[in-house]
Amino acid sequence: MAKLLEVEGLTKSFFGVTVLHEVTFSLDRGEALGLVGENGSGKSTSMNILGGVHQPSAGIMRLEGTDYAPANPRAAMEAGIAFIHQELNLFPNLTIEENLFIDAFPRRSILPLIDRAQIRRRSEELLAQVDLAHKPSTSVSRLSQGERQLVEIAKALSRNARLIIFDEPTTSLTRPEVERLFAIIDRLKARGIGIIYISHALEDVMTVCDHVTVLRDGHVAGGGRTSELDLQKIISMMVGRSIDAIYPERTVKPRPDVVLEVTGLSQPGVAENITFKIHAGEVVGLAGLMGAGRSELARMLFGLDPFLHGTITIDGKELVKPTPQKAMEAGIAFLTEDRRGEGLVMDFSISDNMVLASLEDMAGALGLLDTGRIAKAAREMGASMHLSTTQVDETLVKHLSGGNQQKVVIGKWLRRAPKLFILDEPTRGIDVGAKQEVYRIINRLVEDGSAVLLISSEIEELIGLSDRILTITRGELTGEFARRDFDREAIMTAATGLAGSREAAE
Amino acid sequence: MAMAPPTESVGTSRERSAALRLGRLLLSEYFVLVLCVVYVAAIYPFVPEIVSREVAGNILSDMMPLLVVAIGQTFVLIIAGIDLSVTAIISMSAVVGASVMTGTNGYLGNSAFAVPGAIIAMLAVGFMVGAINGLGVVKLNMPSFIVTLATRMFFAGAAIWYVTFHSTSSSIANLPQGFSVFATGSIAGIPYTVIVAGLIGVGAHLLLSRTRFGRWVYAVGANPNAARISGIPVGRTIILTFLISGLCASVASTMYVSRMQTGSPITGENILLDVIGAVVIGGTSLFGGKGKIIWTVFGVLFLLLIDTSMKLLGASLFAIYMIKGSVILAAAVVDTLRHRLLVKR
Repeated sequence: MAKLLEVEGLTKSFFGVTVLHEVTFSLDRGEALGLVGENGSGKSTSMNILGGVHQPSAGIMRLEGTDYAPANPRAAMEAGIAFIHQELNLFPNLTIEENLFIDAFPRRSILPLIDRAQIRRRSEELLAQVDLAHKPSTSVSRLSQGERQLVEIAKALSRNARLIIFDEPTTSLTRPEVERLFAIIDRLKARGIGIIYISHALEDVMTVCDHVTVLRDGHVAGGGRTSELDLQKIISMMVGRSIDAIYPERTVKPRPDVVLEVTGLSQPGVAENITFKIHAGEVVGLAGLMGAGRSELARMLFGLDPFLHGTITIDGKELVKPTPQKAMEAGIAFLTEDRRGEGLVMDFSISDNMVLASLEDMAGALGLLDTGRIAKAAREMGASMHLSTTQVDETLVKHLSGGNQQKVVIGKWLRRAPKLFILDEPTRGIDVGAKQEVYRIINRLVEDGSAVLLISSEIEELIGLSDRILTITRGELTGEFARRDFDREAIMTAATGLAGSREAAE
Repeated sequence: MAMAPPTESVGTSRERSAALRLGRLLLSEYFVLVLCVVYVAAIYPFVPEIVSREVAGNILSDMMPLLVVAIGQTFVLIIAGIDLSVTAIISMSAVVGASVMTGTNGYLGNSAFAVPGAIIAMLAVGFMVGAINGLGVVKLNMPSFIVTLATRMFFAGAAIWYVTFHSTSSSIANLPQGFSVFATGSIAGIPYTVIVAGLIGVGAHLLLSRTRFGRWVYAVGANPNAARISGIPVGRTIILTFLISGLCASVASTMYVSRMQTGSPITGENILLDVIGAVVIGGTSLFGGKGKIIWTVFGVLFLLLIDTSMKLLGASLFAIYMIKGSVILAAAVVDTLRHRLLVKR
């Protein structure tokens, strides 16, 4: 019997630049294929070809034995290929059932009236298939990110999709939502639907997929059954060399002087009597589920959100009623989890973004900004972080890859030589090479005596980088672990709020 | 291109380079200026007097008040706001200034301080309405469209009401000679109004392109969240842009009043759409984050060229409106095309 999907020798050039070189992979019914690779390796291009957005320069695709060459996205949809994108394509102002049938409302008769009863019945069936316990008449705006994704999956099922492509589906999900998603993917596989799963979260790929295909620079760099691969092998295929230590060694120990001291920080519903210190040259990791108060704590420290009680002290000086300006003057820098929405001005050039938080240093004669100095500062900063381009004045940040965008945000703050750098999910959605660069920057910072508060959903990352890890649950610090006591299980338990007591306290 | 390409590709490569050049022109900063030149060349056979010294002088003096208002409006549009109240500010400034300096029962009438006092009062009106707009937008978190629509209605009405206390007719006349000199006088052949507008233009250009405040304005317009987290005082920046717009409108008011030598409560009433149209023709985005003073200068120039040439051709007022409407629509289309080209790059 023919395979569900066969892709052979897929090649694509844009303006004479070949971005895909004879990519070949295949997929059986009921199988999940993981597609991994750094940014720019050709994942999106191959998916765009599969989805009918682009046409290949060469190569053939076959769906269940018949030739498949979609002329546009609609043709792909009709052939039974569905996409679940990172940014979901739902209308939050409409209800679940309206979203499910938005492009194919069943008519009641020849009159242009919608058959509400049929929609309701079909919607209920579909929602049951994806385990979504909401009424079809619920407005999508009231659903969480994970629930919206389930609606997308239900929509794909309503189109009788044979192949569902997931593009970074877990980036904005909480851990329980991720688990539920994986259970549903298993169920889809059992029904004979093929899955293509694209993600930077390699551990998720290993959990979900039966096969992995690794792309590098538009070529297939390797692959195989997940049972025969491990993370190290995949990473070395992705980067083309073996990475010995993902987390670079750090030579310095924390110093005795306290940079940040937080005492009794409280805000009803958000933070409960939070007290901790960070020393110079120390990385403190903050572990917790999404919504447990990690980002909220960071926002309070930086003066973005208010708090009712408690004090924040930087270098012995109290930060009274902090605002972002006051926090910055005190020496705090803040990399937010929302790179596009809060970290960068996407329509600005690299230079303009790099100096946005340190414009006061850029004044020349008559207090006018010295554009030459701005470009020089941006170029130097870019070079020190191995930014992909030196065209800092001409390149808009929206044209950079995720990893390079993140470097620009970090560079913006490094220009202020922060005493305390709060990093909220600094490596989310960026490739392995850029991740390592971020790790190196963190090490350089603490070697220079800065303090770092690192927030991350990846427990490995916290363990690899932190001197100390704090866990937070429902706005309360529930555990503190020194480096020698790092234990994945214990940290996870404390971070998910399962353990009642403060374990392994120093 | 030094090497001879194969013969069959000559045509296509030439076409491509022509398309490339057209693309580059569309994307150029000076696109609207080029349009102005093309337009003058096209209309010249029908109204040769358009290049005469006299008409050029008229265009220049008509242009100045509009330009000053448009410069202020550019700041507000870049922060993704809009200031509909500019014409009401012009009217209110006009009657307040006139009531200060008029020889008939003016507050400072016939004194040596009449003219400076009136100018200060007019600027104060612009500052005050600008402050109300800015504070309304920032402190009450209301859309600028609504806030300035409200202040526009209020002060347009207030200006008429104000006149009833200061004059028996519908406007305030008998303004001092010293004030009308502003509209008529010149230094070395350059009218005072051109000098003032030129200084404001250069100042605004430097402010936007070469100061911290300028970067703040663009950043707030393009992404207020990122601006806030980068330590930019977002609220203060927004308030300042409305103050600038208000002050510019009151400066324009001094130009109108000195030219008409009377303080009428309908001064500048009709120019709102010209102002916004001119800024948008120049290329400033209504969605914020994008715009330049030089673009606005070209936009105002282009609009006035159309206006003047149509009047010279003897077109009726409604025809002029129809043509202006088409031009603004065309400008919007060109802007969309430019966007697409930029995205493709």
